[in-house]
Amino acid sequence: MTEIFGVPLQGLFGQLLVGLINGSFYAVLSLGLAIIFGLLNIINFSHGAQYMMGAFVAWIGLMRFGLSYWVALAVAPLLVGAFGVVIERTMLRRLYHLDHLYGLLLTFGLALIVEGFFFNEYGSSGQSYDVPEALSGGTNLGFVFLPNYRAWVVVVSLAVCVGAWFIVERTRLGAYLRAGTENPKLLQAFGVNVPLLVTLAYGFGVGLAAFAGVLAAPIFQVSPDMGSKIIIVVFAVVVIGGMGSLLGAIVTGLGLGLIEGLTKVYFPEFSATIIFLIMVIVLLLRPAGLFGRVQ
Amino acid sequence: MRTAMTLVGAATLAFAVGAQAQVSNDVVKIGVLTDLSGAYSDLSGPGSVQAVKMAVEDFGGKVLGKPIEVVSADHQNKGDIAANKAREWFDRENVDIIVDLVSTSTALAVMKVAKEKNKISVVSGAASTKITNEDCTDTNVHWTYDTRSLAEGTGRAVVKQGGDTWFFLTADYAFGHSLEKDTSEVVTAAGGKVLGSVRHPFPGQDFSSFLLKAQASGAKVIGLANAGTDTQNSIKQAAEFGITPKQKLAGLLIAITDVHSVGLKAAQNLYVTESFYWDRDDASRAWSKKFFDRHKKMPTMVQAGDYSAVTHYLKAVKAAGTDDTAKVMATMKAMPVNDMFAKNGKIREDGLHVHDVFLFQVKQPGDSKGPWDYYAVVQTVPGDQAFAPLSQSRCPLVKK
Repeated sequence: MTEIFGVPLQGLFGQLLVGLINGSFYAVLSLGLAIIFGLLNIINFSHGAQYMMGAFVAWIGLMRFGLSYWVALAVAPLLVGAFGVVIERTMLRRLYHLDHLYGLLLTFGLALIVEGFFFNEYGSSGQSYDVPEALSGGTNLGFVFLPNYRAWVVVVSLAVCVGAWFIVERTRLGAYLRAGTENPKLLQAFGVNVPLLVTLAYGFGVGLAAFAGVLAAPIFQVSPDMGSKIIIVVFAVVVIGGMGSLLGAIVTGLGLGLIEGLTKVYFPEFSATIIFLIMVIVLLLRPAGLFGRVQ
Repeated sequence: MRTAMTLVGAATLAFAVGAQAQVSNDVVKIGVLTDLSGAYSDLSGPGSVQAVKMAVEDFGGKVLGKPIEVVSADHQNKGDIAANKAREWFDRENVDIIVDLVSTSTALAVMKVAKEKNKISVVSGAASTKITNEDCTDTNVHWTYDTRSLAEGTGRAVVKQGGDTWFFLTADYAFGHSLEKDTSEVVTAAGGKVLGSVRHPFPGQDFSSFLLKAQASGAKVIGLANAGTDTQNSIKQAAEFGITPKQKLAGLLIAITDVHSVGLKAAQNLYVTESFYWDRDDASRAWSKKFFDRHKKMPTMVQAGDYSAVTHYLKAVKAAGTDDTAKVMATMKAMPVNDMFAKNGKIREDGLHVHDVFLFQVKQPGDSKGPWDYYAVVQTVPGDQAFAPLSQSRCPLVKK
């Protein structure tokens, strides 16, 4: 059996596949963050909490109302997105003209409040959420047993990423959004309702986080700290990719998932830290990130 | 007026001097330092605070004529936060004893501070054997369990059942390393073989890569040397990737709250070693029901241990006639422990509370009669078998 640095090739492919799955997850989450920062200039520190809320909506929906996973995939982003819209309207929009720091502090505070509330209600042990029937089981690919659900996560994440990127970069609506960030007054002069656009953009970004949360529910325990665990990594991904770049977020998310997967094979204890090491190196060499533009 | 003031002054002085001979600062203050909101808050957390409050109430709320107070704080599983809080409590708030200390790093940090300030620490939550070996102090008691007792129970039993090749999935910090080391020793001594291990960052979330490594090793048993949500996720993901039931999982530290969280479907047939189970006998059932009425969850062994430890401490204060640290420690070590938690438990010179532990197997969903009915008793492991003998101790306090 061929080996690379002591790891059999077969095993390596299996690990890379797992890395790709995690990467597509990071991609969806960082996409939401990148949209919010790129279009609104807000550093949304409550992204992790909104991801957690998405997972909880799915769990509560199943336990209390018998909502299936598929319904939750649609309902959770809408509900949590609406919550995001309310936050934007009542609190965030007062901070646009101020330094980035204020948006960061506000959203961070909100995250603490939301997580504290869920901790109080549900405790720290996670809640179990079963994989939906249609996606249970897996396929033996020879070099690894691929659970069907994880394959689904990759497919749907990539589809959502491509779709979101397409909307923002290639459609008229997306053009309005991008113009709105560059020069809101000019756009408003053309008769476009810019505040509404901005609100919808935030809601969309938040909805993406909640969507990722529903995707995560069957894989990880649904617990109040699931967001805070993953959000730092996602921020690192966005910073490496370039704060406003959607393509950067997607590519970096996938790439970092693969690198993390490799690290878990050869140097597992370091796997949580490698992303930050890369972030430091990238920032030193290209401060705007790999795909970012210096503003 | 002057005479009156002098008389009052003299009387107060006499009163104060008289009081100090017995209980310092006229109050016995117990500090519960635990993880109130993080990964171990279900294992320990607010439930531990409840258990300590129950112990104080059941004791009568007073000892030697002085009131007993309970304070609590969140150490967030961080050693520096725990040490700072302990210092603040000992220096400024007249706390006499700190209990619980879930998470080994906080336990070790606070034990040092307690020794420095000559106050008592009781570790119920943390598990590393370092607590009664390299880092032992004469002002500390390790009450509930340690990694060796967990290893003896689960490790030996699983090897006897035919699980003789092992691979470890280990949380990369002191507790995980300790658990892996102790279990490896037991497995090898019982005739098994350890094929390897992988260390995951603590806390983790996705264990699929590490589980794939475990699968590639071909070991019959995958030992989970982690705890809390890490263990829950490991169990879930092992099932997801088709690793179980082909390979067996041995959860080396599982609390009943973890089983409650993961569900019997995923956790069935797991071997679990615990020092306490609510449904073990009449005494445990009676106490656990009272606990459940207040906390709405069945007690974990850490919470039951907190109740038992505080009760024993208060009995020792009463018997010693003072809350002076050295005298109370001597009394605690002299008195046997007999309550709903332990029968004939004994605290040794190294501070280890030796008592029986129990091996359970998680029931299958069909055999459970309702929520919290999760364990079937497999066997009792006597204290001197479960815990390492004094002859093997690396504690400087032990005269050999």
